[in-house]
Amino acid sequence: MTVGTPQPETEGAPDQTVAARFALWQRAGGIATPLATALFAFLVAGLVVLATGHNPLQTYRAIFNGAGLNWLFPWVHGATRQTAAFNLQETGLLIIPLVLTGLAVAFAFRSGLFNIGGQGQYIVGIVTGTQMGVWFASLPGPVHIFLAVTAAALAGAVWGGIAGILRATVGAHEVISTIMLNWIAIWVGSYLIGFGGPFQDSSQPGVPVSREIASNAHLPVFWGSPLLQGLDIGFFVALGTLVVYWLVIRRTTLGFEVRAVGYNPDAAQNAGIGVARNYFIAMAISGGFAGLAGAMDILGWQFRLDVTTVQTASQVAFTGIAVALLGRNTAVGTFLAAALFAGLINGTASRNLDPSVFPPELAGNLTRIIQGLVVLFVAADVLILYVWNFRRKLKRRRAAPTTAPVAE
Amino acid sequence: MEDATPVLELRGITKQFPGVLANDAIDLDLARGEIHALLGENGAGKSTLMNILFGLYKPDEGEILLEGRRVSFSSAKEAIAAGIGMVHQHFMLIPVMTVAENIVLGHEPVRAGVVLDERAARRRVEDVARTFKFAVDPAARVDEITVGQQQRVEIMKALYRNANILILDEPTAVLTPQEAFDLFEILRTLRREGISIIFISHKLNEVLEIADRITVLRRGKVIETVPGKGATEEGLARAMVGRDVLLRVEKAPSTPGGPLLDVDELHVSDDRDLETVHGLSFEVHAGEIVGLAGIDGNGQAELVEAIVGLRQPTAGRVVVAGENVTRGGPRHLIDVGVGHIPGDRQRRGLVLDFSIAENLSLHAYRKPPESRLGWLSPRRIVARARILIREYDIRGGGAQTIARSLSGGNQQKVVIAREIAAEPRVLVASQPTRGLDVGAIEYVHRRLVEERDEQKAVLLVSLELEEIRSLSDRILVIYEGELVGEFSPETSEEELGLAMTGGGRRGEEVPA
Repeated sequence: MTVGTPQPETEGAPDQTVAARFALWQRAGGIATPLATALFAFLVAGLVVLATGHNPLQTYRAIFNGAGLNWLFPWVHGATRQTAAFNLQETGLLIIPLVLTGLAVAFAFRSGLFNIGGQGQYIVGIVTGTQMGVWFASLPGPVHIFLAVTAAALAGAVWGGIAGILRATVGAHEVISTIMLNWIAIWVGSYLIGFGGPFQDSSQPGVPVSREIASNAHLPVFWGSPLLQGLDIGFFVALGTLVVYWLVIRRTTLGFEVRAVGYNPDAAQNAGIGVARNYFIAMAISGGFAGLAGAMDILGWQFRLDVTTVQTASQVAFTGIAVALLGRNTAVGTFLAAALFAGLINGTASRNLDPSVFPPELAGNLTRIIQGLVVLFVAADVLILYVWNFRRKLKRRRAAPTTAPVAE
Repeated sequence: MEDATPVLELRGITKQFPGVLANDAIDLDLARGEIHALLGENGAGKSTLMNILFGLYKPDEGEILLEGRRVSFSSAKEAIAAGIGMVHQHFMLIPVMTVAENIVLGHEPVRAGVVLDERAARRRVEDVARTFKFAVDPAARVDEITVGQQQRVEIMKALYRNANILILDEPTAVLTPQEAFDLFEILRTLRREGISIIFISHKLNEVLEIADRITVLRRGKVIETVPGKGATEEGLARAMVGRDVLLRVEKAPSTPGGPLLDVDELHVSDDRDLETVHGLSFEVHAGEIVGLAGIDGNGQAELVEAIVGLRQPTAGRVVVAGENVTRGGPRHLIDVGVGHIPGDRQRRGLVLDFSIAENLSLHAYRKPPESRLGWLSPRRIVARARILIREYDIRGGGAQTIARSLSGGNQQKVVIAREIAAEPRVLVASQPTRGLDVGAIEYVHRRLVEERDEQKAVLLVSLELEEIRSLSDRILVIYEGELVGEFSPETSEEELGLAMTGGGRRGEEVPA
């Protein structure tokens, strides 16, 4: 029998967008939820370690030291301290692209779009940055660096912007188009620096690698040795970009429009805000952040680009998604999440994890386990919220002839 | 009413929801053959009470007596079996099935245990129709009959299940005046046949017209139960809201100036590219409120969207203060001074996850002093919001409160404050009081009249004839995308209602 649904006393609010859902979630959980999420992920990873017959506490400590965090302890001296400093510099180098690719996801999220194309945008950025670093070798250092960095960011912006335009004009979903653009970037990049490619190093035709960038295009190193991958000023670029991100989102009319579109495109349109225009701008800026990440990596410590990097650059870009998710699309959160993942990746690198503590073949996977758990919990968090909202909706609209809810 | 035992009696019904006492020791009784109106604002506890009666909620305290016997329903099925029928605001009918099939659904007469006996079904439906004098063709498909007829099918569904108590939840909300009139006739017939009816509403005039007794709820409590005879709108409104309410819109005669909004031969299509507005032309002058009356879905939505720039008209012109703005887009329309109070405030009017301050600045953010050269000044945005919150009496939060957490009335105040603060020359208000309480309605109406008195041109689009008649200086009736005629606000509801259904295209000539 069809019996009716009691009418809710107020009209239902329109369905929330992803951005709106995140906002609600952020207010509901504040900083406690992401913290708990990260801790819980570590805990579960510890159980995995335990299940393989190893000591989780030792593993945690090894990760801690591997990330170089023991450098912070004043009682660490001598060779250990040197190793710790080196490890921490490495972690810092990883924070740079993670912050930037995290922002690439976060900014798009603010406009209600899901940018999965950080990888492709990173690749076009790094390829462009490499070639700009190779060319113009006669330019003075700062000018050369500025040129290469700007070109890389612009290339990323174009790549992201394409997905934005497609979304804005024909409504092609950005998740699909950015994934396709990722593959285009991978294979175009592989062609350019691969065997016989136009940007391949002609002096070693047997190696699929670009020429080395001019030494005056190297980013200055402010901590550690420039020869041993010390920490370069890209770190400050990343911090500065976080500030820029915060300013744009919170203090500019552009950020106001992007957020309005992200929360409610219908109301934004009604207020005279160009929804399509903002989709394009948000994707272009997102792409710019990812392109910048590529430039920082090549000018900071890689100096030459090989095909393997192009094809596995995915790790950094995809970790950016986890960074944005865990960091709640906020500037501070993105930095903290980037630092966490950088420490994790570096701390579990097989060179850092003592084989007696944890077998090296499992070490790298430990990061992925934790990373996966974080994403899972974040997603589950949103899912729980969604289910909770849905249940409330269901309760209000319940048509319950046979299975009426016996209220408590 | 020789039978002294009430058909239904609710005693001390109490229901606590987290944070809200939805029903607080409610007593209610229903005599045989009585129409008992349940009057109250949104959130007064009417729906909760009826859901308890219908077995959907279990009361925390109190008891339900049917014919003097204590009952306790744990499901709607049990309530139906006990003779209670409920007609919801939104119908629960299957459009592609016939009237008869819908009515017997769930209680089908069967042959040999499994086969639907269509003839028996038809016959029994005809029996019900004859007994209660329903004019509905049992063989018609539900999607081919009018809304008013669909409602009758819902009522017949309940009667077919031998309901002797009928609960009607805001039954006139979806009806035209003529259909409402017919419904009341039906209800009177049912009353004569001994059916008891609980009539839920927040419309004072119709409650006074139909009800034998009226129970007013406010914040979960019974404020009073009074006989329908002798009750007044003023008294009921006071009981509902808890203070004196201005029911009649007080306004001086209008002093119209020159035309500010000129809609000229406008053709508009809907999302499916079907033309829903066929060459409409009208003017709205400074200092007048023009009401556009019509049944929902006759092209009003597309017309409004075309005027405010959200939808491109296929032909024709929109002229604001002499400037052709036909293809200007919403931003341009805002800039030339067209304010828009959208019909769907939560979807179109507000960014629910923005703060009140941000929502109030949804237009102003792009101009000084809220922003300079693309840089926002959150301090000024909040300062401006504080002023508007005070001026427009927005309650339930401060400048930084998220709009989602406000009540419907206060959300609408945010929209109105924003649109009026932009000092528009033309204000397009689409169903500005939908879903609002009596108190909030009074507020919205007062603001609209004030705008008119400030020599703004106000176009009021509403499905509520009462609202159109009390606010408008001129009334235009739209039917199937065309203007049927222009009427004075003194025109009777019946005449307007007739025009709204396309009947009797009288009235004066449509102004070119």
